[in-house]
Amino acid sequence: MTALLDGYLLTRREVQRWVHQPAPVVIALLFPVLQVLIFGYLFGGAFTVPNGSYLDYLMPGVYALAMMFGLESTLGAVTADLNRGVTDRFRAMPVRRTAILTARAAADMLNSCAGFAVLLGCGLLVGWRAHEGIGPALAAVALLLLLRFALVWLGIYLGLLVRRTELVTAVQILVWPLGFCSSVFVSPSTMPPWLGAIAEWNPLSATAAAARELFGNPGWGAQTWAGQHPVVLAGCWPVLLLLVFVPLAVRRYRRG
Amino acid sequence: MYGVVISVDGMRKRYGSKTALDGIRLEVAPGRVHGLLGPNGAGKTTVVRILTTLTAMDEGSALVDGIDVRADPARVRMRIGLVGQYSTVDEELTGWQNLELYARLHHLPARRARTRARELLERFGLGEAAGRRVCTYSGGMRRRLDIAASMVRAPSVLFLDEPTTGLDPRGRGQVWDSVRELVAEGTTVLLTTQYLDEADQLADRVTVLDRGRVIAEAAPRELKSRLGGDRIDVIVREPGQLERAGELLTGAVGGAVHLDPETNTASIGVTDRLAALDNLVRALRSAPVELADIELRQPTLDEAFLALTGDGDRR
Repeated sequence: MTALLDGYLLTRREVQRWVHQPAPVVIALLFPVLQVLIFGYLFGGAFTVPNGSYLDYLMPGVYALAMMFGLESTLGAVTADLNRGVTDRFRAMPVRRTAILTARAAADMLNSCAGFAVLLGCGLLVGWRAHEGIGPALAAVALLLLLRFALVWLGIYLGLLVRRTELVTAVQILVWPLGFCSSVFVSPSTMPPWLGAIAEWNPLSATAAAARELFGNPGWGAQTWAGQHPVVLAGCWPVLLLLVFVPLAVRRYRRG
Repeated sequence: MYGVVISVDGMRKRYGSKTALDGIRLEVAPGRVHGLLGPNGAGKTTVVRILTTLTAMDEGSALVDGIDVRADPARVRMRIGLVGQYSTVDEELTGWQNLELYARLHHLPARRARTRARELLERFGLGEAAGRRVCTYSGGMRRRLDIAASMVRAPSVLFLDEPTTGLDPRGRGQVWDSVRELVAEGTTVLLTTQYLDEADQLADRVTVLDRGRVIAEAAPRELKSRLGGDRIDVIVREPGQLERAGELLTGAVGGAVHLDPETNTASIGVTDRLAALDNLVRALRSAPVELADIELRQPTLDEAFLALTGDGDRR
């Protein structure tokens, strides 16, 4: 019970901070919108996909990428609290220790849901549509948020692990090639085979491909097992990440 | 052990191959301010981290308010307050929002938490700033809010880890006043500091740490007297005359003189104050040295510290 209350209070702390200091939150929300504009309009004319419009192919990828970039805000927030001594201070108080981590996860999920809502609105505005009905569309949303949830815990673990600001920046930069080496913007079939294979098995591609399938948007016409079973992969990858990184994060945290 | 709030014996801590603490012994009486003094890396913060249940020690025993830190850390956390080196209150929130959060995190019910937050803000002279965001506060106000946040449940022991690092003199004064008031109300304070005058101002007793060992434990006054008595400072008007003033001091008093060109001060330790002054005044009367000031004073803890660790170069 106290763990729940502590978790709620610490989540509320994050939300209050956003309300008082909305600028970074708004910028973070607008960043994926910018991607839609850049890739949809600036580069999009040069990209083609086998069956359908590029914008319909792109949007689920941008949704998935937004989930991935959430990793950076989680990482930044965890290390900021650590380096400012906030985490230590809470740890020296009669606050449930697990509550501090679950509150971070809850706050980041709230933030992601808000960001996702803005991005969906932006998608609808530029003409993207879901064609398979409400059930599969909700399933796609759930899979996207599941990926974010798994990456929150990866972010918490990495934040506790690296701690130093320079290393945080390094990790944040590494997210970019990982994000782009996927089926988000272009079909892996256009890449060199070895790179295409990595891109195809990338958890991000799995979720993007699963979202395309469930939203009824065009895929990239994959002939491989990974490409043809994206929903299974998009369900398994995050669960696997959670099974690994939740215990690692909790252990790291307990050790201090 | 009656009459002891913090009791540490044989505390050892190793980080990899580096020994951070090498058998610390520490006893703090209730209602006192105990200073932990030492240069960076002496082990002060490690002692605080162990006593506040943030880090586990390798060997030794530690009781805080009678509770074994190793066996029952959760109960220790109910009795302590920790104000770390950096301000941990949220800049984006108001003073009141910060304190209400800390009150709720100490598990006061919602209504009680609101009253307590208001009480604490008044108590630490922040009543008028309660509705303002913390980023508009001065450094001293922030630190007081930090201290207020650790006083929600009136802890038996308050740990202050370098509480005035980075504050201007006015902010330091405000924090010192707050600490004095808390102690007057019966809180025990363990204070770490690199500022020797801070320990001098606040602490009833001081434990001096160097490279993980206790090298002295005494009242600040005692610590100073171990240096061998008082000191005479002679401040010259012309920088060029500083060396001449030093020679005069050595001649009149005897012993090693310390010259500080930055402040134009020549300083020397004395055992017999009156005789030394008498000799010095007579020597100065016939010398062509123009003085700005002359002072007979107790040694600072800085000087005591240098004498205790034996190497001035390291600082």
